Amino acid sequence: MKTKEYYGIQILSHVILFLSAAVAIIPILILFSSSFTEQATIIQNGYNIWPKKFGLEAYEYLWKQRDQIFRAYGVTALVTVIGTAANIVVTSLLAYPLSRRDLPGRNFFSFLVFFTMLFNGGLVPTYLMYTEYFHIKNTIFALLVPTLLMSPWYVFLMRTNLSSMVPDAIIESASIDGATEFTIFRKIVIPMGRPIIATVMLFSGINYWNDWYNGMIYLTKAELFSIQNLLNRMLADIQFLSTNAAMAGNMGEMVASIPGTTVRMAIAAVGILPIIVVYPFVQNNFVKGIAVGAVKG
Amino acid sequence: MASKKLKHIKKYIPLYIMMIPGLLYLLINNYLPMAGLVIAFKDVDYRKGIFGSDWIGFKNFEYLFSTEDAWVITRNTMGYNIAFIIINTCLSVFVAILLSEMVAKGAKRFYQSAILLPFLLSMVIIGYLGNAMMNTELGFLNKSILPLMGMDPVSWYMEPKLWVFILPIVYAWKEVGYLSIIYYSAVLGIDTEYYEAASLEGATKLQQIYYITVPLIKPVIYTMVLLSIGKIFRSDFGLFYHVPLNSGTLYSTTNVIDTYVYRGLMQLGDIGMSSAAGAYQAIVGFIFVLISNLVVKKTSPDNALF
Repeated sequence: MKTKEYYGIQILSHVILFLSAAVAIIPILILFSSSFTEQATIIQNGYNIWPKKFGLEAYEYLWKQRDQIFRAYGVTALVTVIGTAANIVVTSLLAYPLSRRDLPGRNFFSFLVFFTMLFNGGLVPTYLMYTEYFHIKNTIFALLVPTLLMSPWYVFLMRTNLSSMVPDAIIESASIDGATEFTIFRKIVIPMGRPIIATVMLFSGINYWNDWYNGMIYLTKAELFSIQNLLNRMLADIQFLSTNAAMAGNMGEMVASIPGTTVRMAIAAVGILPIIVVYPFVQNNFVKGIAVGAVKG
Repeated sequence: MASKKLKHIKKYIPLYIMMIPGLLYLLINNYLPMAGLVIAFKDVDYRKGIFGSDWIGFKNFEYLFSTEDAWVITRNTMGYNIAFIIINTCLSVFVAILLSEMVAKGAKRFYQSAILLPFLLSMVIIGYLGNAMMNTELGFLNKSILPLMGMDPVSWYMEPKLWVFILPIVYAWKEVGYLSIIYYSAVLGIDTEYYEAASLEGATKLQQIYYITVPLIKPVIYTMVLLSIGKIFRSDFGLFYHVPLNSGTLYSTTNVIDTYVYRGLMQLGDIGMSSAAGAYQAIVGFIFVLISNLVVKKTSPDNALF
């Protein structure tokens, strides 16, 4: 029974959602298209959805600067891999005991985790403590440790999911058979909790990949910059690339000839690209993760 | 009896050992900084160490609240959060209902992915995207959109008043995809029998949305809003820092507590002021969390944080 109203609603949803999707995508499209446009055309016509005159100047320029960009990519990749691995180990080792209903003191320890979601010291004490007492300034630990290493949200998400995914009876019978707690964790909990472990890893990975905050606060030396920090620095100071080029001794390169406006877009495009490439593959998990509450709002 | 209890706890020692790394991390990353809030009441002197510096009572707070900044950052932080809550809730519930009504599976998936995409981008990248749109000489708005409508170019980064609209638009652009998934899954959770019964009774689609869908996802909306109200004293630092390109001209409408604390500490080196503002945020923010949770607990106990 397909009424006029049925078709009306279908058409209306298509129109509105199509427009919303367009609004979501257009700025990203402009970014990519501008990075592939000739510098002179950009200066005349501005950034646009479609490259009026195709040009690769921006990427040629980036290729000359590849040491710096590859280095930043390397830092981001390294931090994402190590950070995500450390995160999942620490998070699951804390979440599993908390998921055990029989653990003495369970409520007390859960509260310790929980309270950090309600109250925090904020930037000033955190910064002073990490720099004055732990001396992480300008070390790789600055990108790995603060905030991102373990999130109380993920601990609770995993605790809740593990207690429903791993039945008490299985743990009990394994324990009667003489399995140690660590064996139970490795052989039973991890395999059975795989879906939630994968979800937390995905979110932790995205958090590390996208993070600029730690680098902005704890790094002053450019050698350790991640791709996000490099982008941040360039946005703050467009002169950055040109001075670096001058310092690198590219004498023939006039500062004015640097395709600044397109380079800016090219480097941001390079920063987004991995996310766009990976997105279709992780999209289902990502949506499921949001639905179960993996992302703090 | 006591030895029996001891033996009972002994069994769990391996589990306690497992928790050590996580608890140690919380101690360092969360609990020590909480203790560090006392520096707001101190005259920080690096030679004496943070905890060894002299107590000065509420002096830092007196300075902070004697400036106009204190009012501006409080107004901006709360004002924007209220705007975000209203706009983003309305838009994402609307999108969720449209998605749930849509029959074409492939199109639905495409729209959903497209709308969610901005959520995966970092605020630094969004700063670049904003610049591609709003750059005075080259931006898409000034070069393509405004001429099309016969309007003069606008200096987006020089007009504080415009940012009252720009920031909510940018934030909605980033967040609606994410929020609409939460509401969409709430709609999917509704028992289809309600709709079957309603259409047997001759209810139109719009009536079904109005009388079934909206009332049944109301608890989720309510909870999400209350949780956001709990966070009304905190803000997304990147949105207020990177998107306006940290432009000093715009501080009157873009400065929030988080950016104030950051600039005070990192750019001005004024530890007294920034630690006072940070403590102000932590304490008042905590009160908001407690109040909003109390309300959630009264209305939908299952969704309460504690």
